[in-house]
Amino acid sequence: MNFDFSEDQKLLQKTARDFLVEHCPLEAVRKVLESSSSYDPALWKGTAEMGWQGAAIPEAYGGAGFGYLELAVLAEEVGRALAPLPFASSVYLATEAILLAGSEEQKSALLPSLASGDRIGSFALFEKPGTPTPDAVETRFEDGTVSGTKIPVVDGDVADLVVVVARDGDGLSLVLVDLDAKGVERTRLESFDGSRSQARIRFDRAPATVLGKAGEGASLAQRVLDRAAILMAFEQLGGAQRSFDETKAFAMGRYAFGRPIASFQSLKHRMADLFCKVELARSNCYYGAWALSHDARELPLAACQARVAATEAFELAATENIQIHGGVGFTWEYDCHLFYRRSKHLALALGNANSWRERLIQELESGSAA
Amino acid sequence: MDFNDTPEEAAFRAEARAWLEANAELADPHETTRNLLSEREDPATIAEAQAWQKKKAAAGWTCITWPKQHGGRGGTPIQQVIWNQEEAKFKTPPNIFAIGLGMLGPTILTHGTEDQIARYIPKMVEGSEIWCQLFSEPGAGSDLAALRMSATRDGDDWSLNGQKIWTTGAQFSRWGMIVTRTDPNVSKHAGLTYFIVDMKSPGIEIRPIRQINGGSGFNEVFFNDVRVPDGNRVGAVGDGWKVAITTLMHERASIGSGSGRGTFKDLLRLARETQIGGRPALEDSTVRQKLADFYIAQRGLQYTSYRTLTALSRGQTPGPEASIGKLVGAPLNQQMASFACDLQGATGALSDPAAAPQEAAWQDQFVSAPGLRLAGGTDEILRNIIAERVLRLPPEPRLDKDVAFRDVPTGPANA
Ligand SMILES: Cc1cc2nc3c(=O)[nH]c(=O)nc-3n(C[C@H](O)[C@H](O)[C@H](O)COP(=O)(O)OP(=O)(O)OC[C@H]3O[C@@H](n4cnc5c(N)ncnc54)[C@H](O)[C@@H]3O)c2cc1C
Repeated sequence: MNFDFSEDQKLLQKTARDFLVEHCPLEAVRKVLESSSSYDPALWKGTAEMGWQGAAIPEAYGGAGFGYLELAVLAEEVGRALAPLPFASSVYLATEAILLAGSEEQKSALLPSLASGDRIGSFALFEKPGTPTPDAVETRFEDGTVSGTKIPVVDGDVADLVVVVARDGDGLSLVLVDLDAKGVERTRLESFDGSRSQARIRFDRAPATVLGKAGEGASLAQRVLDRAAILMAFEQLGGAQRSFDETKAFAMGRYAFGRPIASFQSLKHRMADLFCKVELARSNCYYGAWALSHDARELPLAACQARVAATEAFELAATENIQIHGGVGFTWEYDCHLFYRRSKHLALALGNANSWRERLIQELESGSAA
Repeated sequence: MDFNDTPEEAAFRAEARAWLEANAELADPHETTRNLLSEREDPATIAEAQAWQKKKAAAGWTCITWPKQHGGRGGTPIQQVIWNQEEAKFKTPPNIFAIGLGMLGPTILTHGTEDQIARYIPKMVEGSEIWCQLFSEPGAGSDLAALRMSATRDGDDWSLNGQKIWTTGAQFSRWGMIVTRTDPNVSKHAGLTYFIVDMKSPGIEIRPIRQINGGSGFNEVFFNDVRVPDGNRVGAVGDGWKVAITTLMHERASIGSGSGRGTFKDLLRLARETQIGGRPALEDSTVRQKLADFYIAQRGLQYTSYRTLTALSRGQTPGPEASIGKLVGAPLNQQMASFACDLQGATGALSDPAAAPQEAAWQDQFVSAPGLRLAGGTDEILRNIIAERVLRLPPEPRLDKDVAFRDVPTGPANA
């Protein structure tokens, strides 16, 4: 049994944590939240120099060629730091879509600039409130152009390219659009996690090229989402662990009724339960990392498990963090709200937890269970 | 990262598997898992369990981590887990030796004299003598050190008077390990002493207690001037708490190989076979959401145990993740059983194996599950342990420290 990260991977984790502690303190997150900027470009450049964006991209395409276990480790640290970066959009979604479905030519043309961070990728699926099904997609691909409106697109305002899920004849296709091209209009939208950006993108006969086989967009999109879900679960896990650590540290230092609030049993028991929740999420995430790195048959199921467990853990940890802080937890000045905002942002970014529970049962029904 | 055995682990597994194949029958993995809690006190089951234990012991498969000179295999914790995993795939009688081999044996090996080890350990290993744990009393459960069973010195003997309760297997045990109060005038943890007691001694009266699941696995045990030779004392007079802690540490260290595995499959099958509004319950979205949560929690526990095994496999001490299993697993068991009864509608109330789906296994689990949340540390005590020992949160203020035991406050429900 070897169900843990290796010494080298743990070393990478430490390096990443040290880097982010220095270059991405919570003041840096707050700066993006409080300003009109969409992300932290200097931090983006710094992580790219360390090879993070290209962690899972083979060296032949300009990546670092580490692998998915390494990328998972980095994702946890990005989540722990609440890094204000288009990391998920560019790395887990756009890059994964291109790696999975791109032609040799597309990979050679696009991956090196995504690996170096010179270009930012994004992924456009949603069009209206609710949980989309393939037949609800209205954005259309026709004669080499795409038309329609995608909302919300995380990082859509700063991305250079976007992978769009579009109707193509009777089915769906994934298509690639250069966001600087004509026929693209993007608007940044307000969201409750201003440390991450969201946009509406209108396509009006914008030039587009098919990514992967035409008509296979629905299954390709699902595969991309599954892979992204595992990596995002690590981000959520990092956020959950950090929220938990902050809660505990505060409770040890805050006194009421002549004793630390951490000595009150109702708080101790809630922290014990929260600890269990985070540890179980960690175990489910590890399983996801295993599935991703082995390209296992169980990957879809592992993705659902990791996604739901990590979503619940981060949401609960961030919520408890405010409650256990008391009044200061509700102030703009304290950092609790940064975690609370991010936990909900991540919970919704790939579709809500209920939709992943539903998908898990579909997977079990179709018998891919180990 | 992988789930593979190391070459040594694989070799050990193959050896275990080969012996099991030669000596036992493979179980049908599709069979509904039944909870055997309520069948353990049946004499035929006990005889069968002892025969199986004897066979295992002769081949060195019991107590794999114990030193060879004490009947063990001199193996590693991970080997014990591998054995457990393989044995679980075969049809074997329930394990009624866990209290002895898992908790009491290690206590004797740690604190016992050479004579005690020579007299008791070999028969414990081969299963010919079964052991019970006489710790809890009507006034002392979670707060074990509040116990009152008195032991007074009389020549070479001690005289024991008082009552123990919830003693699992007392009715078929040959020996028991007991914590007594030898000095009520010092503080509560200081006045305790630990003994081995012959369950056939005059003055012991055992009364089975009927449990809510209909079984009588546990008992009340009354002591009326029960003579225990001083040679059966384990540890020094007044050191009983320290010895008891060793027992309790081993109780918590016993690691499962994944909790409740397989029962999810039964639940999924049940959701396919029962109906809501004329359609299979499995098509109902609230059912689906709930099933997903059960699945994720069970898998979380399973992979958490794999993390523990990884630490063992690397020769490390397992981290905090090891303490989660019972706290999450026991309530999960109960919730799943309750949900499974709900799925059956009015039939869910029937415990007749011929009338309720899956031989009424869920109804059995529904009435057995509450015990799992109490035995071996209640949910609340486990939360305290995680909070104080794992998370290092400060203890609650206490009213029972630094006073003589006789002055500690007590209430009518402790009698
Ligand atoms: C099936 C079964 C088998 C058992 N087998 C054995 C056996 O073989 N040998 C043996 O010695 N004992 C055995 N026990 C006894 C078991 O260890 C005790 O029942 C258990 O420790 C709880 O003690 P109690 O019953 O006295 O309840 P109490 O300790 O009185 O607890 C009552 C309630 O108060 C809560 N509580 C108590 N203290 C605290 C605290 N500090 N903080 C928060 N809540 C608290 C408890 O969690 C519980 O909810 C068995 C019990 C069961 C159910």
